Amino acid sequence: MRYITDRKRANPKGAAHTGTEHHWFMMVSSVALAFLIPAFVIAFGRALGGSHEEVLAFFARPFIAILTGLTLVASMRHFAKGATTMIEDYAQGTTRKALIIGAISLSWAVTATGLFALAKIAL
Amino acid sequence: MAESNRVIRPLSPHLQVYRPQLTSITSILTRITGNGLIVGTVLFVWWLVAAAAGPEQFATADAVVTSWFGNIVLFLSLWAVAYHYLAGLRHLIWDSGHGLDIPTAEKLGWGVVIGSVVLTVLTLIVI
Repeated sequence: MRYITDRKRANPKGAAHTGTEHHWFMMVSSVALAFLIPAFVIAFGRALGGSHEEVLAFFARPFIAILTGLTLVASMRHFAKGATTMIEDYAQGTTRKALIIGAISLSWAVTATGLFALAKIAL
Repeated sequence: MAESNRVIRPLSPHLQVYRPQLTSITSILTRITGNGLIVGTVLFVWWLVAAAAGPEQFATADAVVTSWFGNIVLFLSLWAVAYHYLAGLRHLIWDSGHGLDIPTAEKLGWGVVIGSVVLTVLTLIVI
């Protein structure tokens, strides 16, 4: 007979077997995005509708390039973790694993493509 | 074995018999807007990499982004980002241990819904 308290039995088992680390990451990235997103939305709104030369000149500006890069990285990490939570709620087994791998891969592909574009435009 | 002593827990609410409430609707909308924003992000990054690639590629991407289809995606993305932004702030308030009672939670819910529309309109005016 193994005597163990309820708390002890539940101790390492969150719904996804981890929890606080993931939640803390979402809090940190959401605070970062709370500062980045308003600036980025206005910047993109200004750039949209310009000619090719205007768009290139706009994203070559250091502040705009850094803002766009930071927003992309922070938002795609936030998306990868958030999408993982959603998938874990609705899918099981191999489907779950495949979808999570797909979401993380997509987020990195978008990040890499955006950063490549920024580097090419700004440098 | 302690594992055999597990209580049989009630099933979480069945969606078919679950009365929609402001708190549950605003919660599911947070998830939909957050995950849906990947569409607008992919469109933006495609447009940006096309600008980096050259004039012809940019002309193609810019035509799509500024078309009626692109306008719908960007307009919905703008509302989605405003909604998800305010809902995220609400989560940060909850995480600090405030506003968890039902009247305050419902007020915050209306704040998120109405605030997202106001923010969308304001952004369209500013830009």
